[in-house]
Amino acid sequence: MKHLLDTQALAHRDALAILDTAEEMTAVSSREVKKLPTLRGRTVVNLFFEDSTRTRISFEAAAKRLSADVMNFSAKGSSVSKGESLKDTVQTLDAMGADAIVIRHSASGAAAQLAASDWTDAAVVNAGDGTHEHPTQALLDALTLRRGWSRAHGENPRGRNLAGMRVLIVGDIVHSRVARSNVWLLRTLGAEVHLAAPATLLPYGAETWPVTIHYSLDEALREAPDAVMMLRVQAERMGGAFFPTAAEYTRRWGLTDERLALVEQLRLGATDSPALILHPGPMNRGVEISAAAADSPQSRILDQVAHGVAVRMAVLHLLLSQRQPDGSLDE
Amino acid sequence: MTRSPETATVMTAADIDRALTRIAHEIVEAQRGVGELIICGIPRRGVPLAQRLGAKLAAIDPDFDPVASVGSLDVTMYRDDLRNSAARTPEPTQLPARGIDGRTVVLVDDVLYSGRTVRAALDALSDYGRPQAVRLAVLVDRGHRELPLRADHVGKNIPTSRSERVGVRLAEIDGLPAGEEQVVIIR
Amino acid sequence: MSEPTTARLAVQPAPGPHYLIRGASILGGAPEDLVVRDGIIASVGAAETAPQDQAPLETIDASGLIALPGMVDLHVHLREPGREDAETVETGSRAAAKGGFTAVHAMANSSPVADTAGVVEQVHRLGQQAGWTEVYPVGAITRGLQGKVLAELGAMAESSAQVRMFSDDGHCVTNAQLMRRAMEYVKTIDGFVAQHAQDADLTGWDTDHAAQMNEGKVSATLGLPGWPAVAEEAIIARDVLLADYVGARIHICHVSTKGSVEIIRWAKQRGIQVTAEVTPHHLLLTDELVRSYDPVYKVNPPLRTEADTQALREALAEGVIDVIGTDHAPHPEQAKECEWNQAAMGMTGLETALPAVQHAMINTGLIDWQRFAEITSTRPAEIYGHTHQGRPIAAGEPANIILVDADASTTIHPETHATKGRNSPFRGVELPGQVRHTFLGGVPVMLNSQLTGPRSAGGAA
Repeated sequence: MKHLLDTQALAHRDALAILDTAEEMTAVSSREVKKLPTLRGRTVVNLFFEDSTRTRISFEAAAKRLSADVMNFSAKGSSVSKGESLKDTVQTLDAMGADAIVIRHSASGAAAQLAASDWTDAAVVNAGDGTHEHPTQALLDALTLRRGWSRAHGENPRGRNLAGMRVLIVGDIVHSRVARSNVWLLRTLGAEVHLAAPATLLPYGAETWPVTIHYSLDEALREAPDAVMMLRVQAERMGGAFFPTAAEYTRRWGLTDERLALVEQLRLGATDSPALILHPGPMNRGVEISAAAADSPQSRILDQVAHGVAVRMAVLHLLLSQRQPDGSLDE
Repeated sequence: MTRSPETATVMTAADIDRALTRIAHEIVEAQRGVGELIICGIPRRGVPLAQRLGAKLAAIDPDFDPVASVGSLDVTMYRDDLRNSAARTPEPTQLPARGIDGRTVVLVDDVLYSGRTVRAALDALSDYGRPQAVRLAVLVDRGHRELPLRADHVGKNIPTSRSERVGVRLAEIDGLPAGEEQVVIIR
Repeated sequence: MSEPTTARLAVQPAPGPHYLIRGASILGGAPEDLVVRDGIIASVGAAETAPQDQAPLETIDASGLIALPGMVDLHVHLREPGREDAETVETGSRAAAKGGFTAVHAMANSSPVADTAGVVEQVHRLGQQAGWTEVYPVGAITRGLQGKVLAELGAMAESSAQVRMFSDDGHCVTNAQLMRRAMEYVKTIDGFVAQHAQDADLTGWDTDHAAQMNEGKVSATLGLPGWPAVAEEAIIARDVLLADYVGARIHICHVSTKGSVEIIRWAKQRGIQVTAEVTPHHLLLTDELVRSYDPVYKVNPPLRTEADTQALREALAEGVIDVIGTDHAPHPEQAKECEWNQAAMGMTGLETALPAVQHAMINTGLIDWQRFAEITSTRPAEIYGHTHQGRPIAAGEPANIILVDADASTTIHPETHATKGRNSPFRGVELPGQVRHTFLGGVPVMLNSQLTGPRSAGGAA
């Protein structure tokens, strides 16, 4: 595995390796020395063509905890805003000795293009490309789901996938890279995926996805999901083009206090533990999720943030530790 | 169990058990009181060996707590050869809740070869605290050290050439019946 | 070949050498000998029966080659004036000659737009000066391709370029009233309108979420805004009804969907004067290629699905689709070496058209070379109204001929192409068939797959 571009092509084995590594990495933040020497002397470039302070900081923390040197390249105020091409920017960074390029871009496919090009030899990590994918977000969601499920079942999460789980993703699927990455990853890990959204916010062609589609959130909740993942609704969708009003959206697809009462009755598998509520953030409180739901004991939203660093450490470790066939039994 | 002609058994299950018993006695003799002792296995095969040593220590001296004082220390993220080998998934690190400061830590591994794993373990250990002393116990020392390190307790010295490989097959890791455990040289 | 244009202009038309083309299989039939003299096919038949002549007779061994009428492309972008970095009339004409085209029709989206007599005359003159193929400018339907008011259609028709074909290609004439009036107006000047069928609203045109690829299974996964088939089909349905209503002709550019084929079939059955074109790339390539995010596959209309390519092939074989148009659209490297949604739309096509169509249509057994000649030459010439292109290969006809090695097989290397564009979707692909010789009005502008020299500017055009 040279790059992490999407979850659609991510093998079950590699996904588990990332989750198992991340599981160990979560312990690092509780140590006195919150740093590992793994990537000492190596350079990770955060190449952000789109503002996302949260994701950039998460990647930066991950790289620094692995002792890598981190360079942040933000398109704002740089030569990119003066018309420099992606190619020239990347070649410049490559010349500076980047070992990994973490790229965030508003164009779907930008990470894949970079990986396929001869502009750089660096490992490429997709930190969100347009409305395509956001694989590390899906991985941290999967880590959160696995930990919740394992704890409820009193099992060791290590080596385990998400078989047996039913996950409901609610909201703006068509514009969501998080949703796409989750659909593929959760399926690869054996979970059953349900989507609930207005038809206008589901991509044409979604019927070919390995998911169950609901146009009613209430109907979807009756299927007793183990976890409910609410997606952010962008303000620009609310102008009447995709659904009539924000109020109607909240009434029909929001995790309101009334629906929270239903979700409180849901359980993780056959255990007594309550089902999980996730949101990739940032939240529109009162639109797709009520304040009470966001702050409920079932909410894993802050865990998701914490798991983001661990997952990104795992990804950087996996990509920058070059593999070659190694059969030695000792040492 | 059929073995390819290039494989030679150098320790049997009984040899392994005897060696661990002897090492347990040596550890007790070298240490004034086992109360401050921590036995810490290096994944993967060092971990079951550490657990067995812990059980033997408890049998010799009931002051030793084979649950609270036996742990594991993963060194994957501290290795200096990550770029030359397959990407490794780290194994769990579990150290006693009261920490390692001021205590004697015995690192346990199956095979001592270049010494690089032990070097990584020493680095890892220092990120968790400051032990009073660190000792090293290995089941097999096959020579060819690349660093100025030696083991304090050795189950068996096995001279090898660099082209040979040493295989330690343990019930917990390799899924064998206990009686079929062995150490082999693969040419 | 590289002599300056002014020097070529000075050359007076003089009786050139005459040619004996030996053993060519006419439209795939039995081998015959052809004599080409003074721009005309002097004779077809055994060489002995050819009239003796004092002028030197050059012999071309055409055994194993198929003789076809020079291809006529109703749809190319030559980029001049305005984007000479992408293509010029000279380089585009060379590409046409290499591809076996003896006439091309240059779309109006140059800069300035070809919406006045001045611009169309300039393009026409540049084509004559180049002399590698015949270049006919297409006039814009609306001023500046803005879709607001009619361009000077009559002035372009009466200009020295004598424009007969009008299109806003690249842009759809969205306004139905304007489209109706264009059809009515152009009908009276013996011309026709060619529509780029694309509903602007359904494809988010001129917004920041403009359609990027075919809408379907692949776009859902790739997260690229979809270009729905219905956006093409709705406009075609509207326009054939308008054409019927006002009794005008309508030509549909680059038909790309199965549904469009069905609407056109229905319209033809009703007797509506509709003709339709398909590109070689829409016969062969599908949206699965977009999974690479390589902008070389970005084109408008977008690559569709396997079901669409199959329907297009069948429609072309049975005559629902009339002609091949390449939509040759060269772009400079930087317009394609960038993010997908910023990349330019379009593919080169002139130099790969014959191999691609042979691969899709002939080698699949869907059509023979006779039908090939119809869709690449006879029909497009008829649609435009040319009387000297798309003619039979017979004594007394203008010698616009190509000789094709159908057994050849070539791996496409865009770097070797005459066009300035390197944006061929067939890079590295092995395709059958190769145009070996191209005769433009009796002048061999290409021999043995090498450009020789252009027809002098004084020659008939």
